Amino acid sequence: MSQQRKAVALISGGLDSMLATKAIMNQGIHVEGINFFTGFCVEGHTHAIRKRDTDKVKRNNSLWVAEQLGIKLHIIDIIEEYKQVLINPKHGYGANMNPCLDCKIFMVNKAKQWMQENGFDFIITGEVIGQRPMSQRKYTMPVIAAESGADDRLLRPLCAQNLPATLPEREGWIDRNQLFGFSGRSRKPQMALAKEFGFSDYAQPAGGCCFLTDESYSLKLVDLWKARGTRDYELDDVMLLKVGRHIRPRPHFKLIVAREDGEAQFMSGYKKEYVSMHCTHHRGPLVLLDGSLNADDIALAGRILARYGQGRDEAQVEVSVRDQQGVEQIISVQPFKIDEIPEDWFI
Amino acid sequence: MSHQEISLRRLLCPLPVIRTQDTIKTLQSGDTLTVICTDPGVMHDIPAWCRINGHQVLNTRIESGEYIIEIQVT
Repeated sequence: MSQQRKAVALISGGLDSMLATKAIMNQGIHVEGINFFTGFCVEGHTHAIRKRDTDKVKRNNSLWVAEQLGIKLHIIDIIEEYKQVLINPKHGYGANMNPCLDCKIFMVNKAKQWMQENGFDFIITGEVIGQRPMSQRKYTMPVIAAESGADDRLLRPLCAQNLPATLPEREGWIDRNQLFGFSGRSRKPQMALAKEFGFSDYAQPAGGCCFLTDESYSLKLVDLWKARGTRDYELDDVMLLKVGRHIRPRPHFKLIVAREDGEAQFMSGYKKEYVSMHCTHHRGPLVLLDGSLNADDIALAGRILARYGQGRDEAQVEVSVRDQQGVEQIISVQPFKIDEIPEDWFI
Repeated sequence: MSHQEISLRRLLCPLPVIRTQDTIKTLQSGDTLTVICTDPGVMHDIPAWCRINGHQVLNTRIESGEYIIEIQVT
């Protein structure tokens, strides 16, 4: 009796990894999924924070895909290790702060470690040559295989016929003829295959699944590093960059202004880490202050806060300023007019 | 049989799922785990993770704005 071969699939929650996994399962291979959480994954977070998104289904797409496929999914926290990938990427960044090639190499390497520790035989990804401008090109495919250490145990079922045969194909664990030769940015072959496999519902991410591909988010991250004088971050920084308006009126401090109740509720969990402000007699947003502020800075921040409250047309507005220990002081400020806040304060 | 309770307040998905998964790895079959969360997404994600991995959700409820899930390890 031949040995049951086992593959670990990188499951992003998108269509490609779903199809790649299904194609290998159809060849009798036992597949389990692995999903890495860097802290920058778009998955879930903003839906959980922002009240306006409450109508959207709060499903985690990687879990959903695993359930559709009937496979186990292992979600791995790589937040700490990922810092070195983001801070110092060997292959550089994409259009924004996205180190896509280094990220893929890192994840395949982590999958290889998992494969070895758990007695699996090879790794599957949903990569397609030409699908992504940085990490999925003909040139990068062997780079990922070599630098991750996965070498010929890395199989890309959707474009395998365009690449040299891997170990699972050469050893006959997998029939290469039943794999695919997709290439380019068109999604039509994947959609046709999804139909063939009977998948009618699948995630269609617009703009990727990582906040680092987002220009606005990347600008805020670069601003954070510049203001602190160090290219480092904690998970709380990553989370707070996803919410609110970020306004930096002085180099040494910035305001995070909640845009709606969901964000305010989320940000209120950070009142023990940051000085917070709100208007006392008018409805208005919660503000967190990041940096070291003197009395003049607090007054300036209060004027900005008041501009976003319902007292914006008043001559003076009272603002509560609460420090991290919960000690409160009340200040009176003149709200900025809409056009008085310089554009370049907005990050 | 043992019972554990963990606070996953303030964590957003998938972190509550990861912490649940990692805690269950340390438990034995038949043990129970209660997780207390503030992200409403857990009401979907943790049961989904349990279904995939064969664990049983005994109860889910919302108390004072917190999402509480009881799981039996299988």
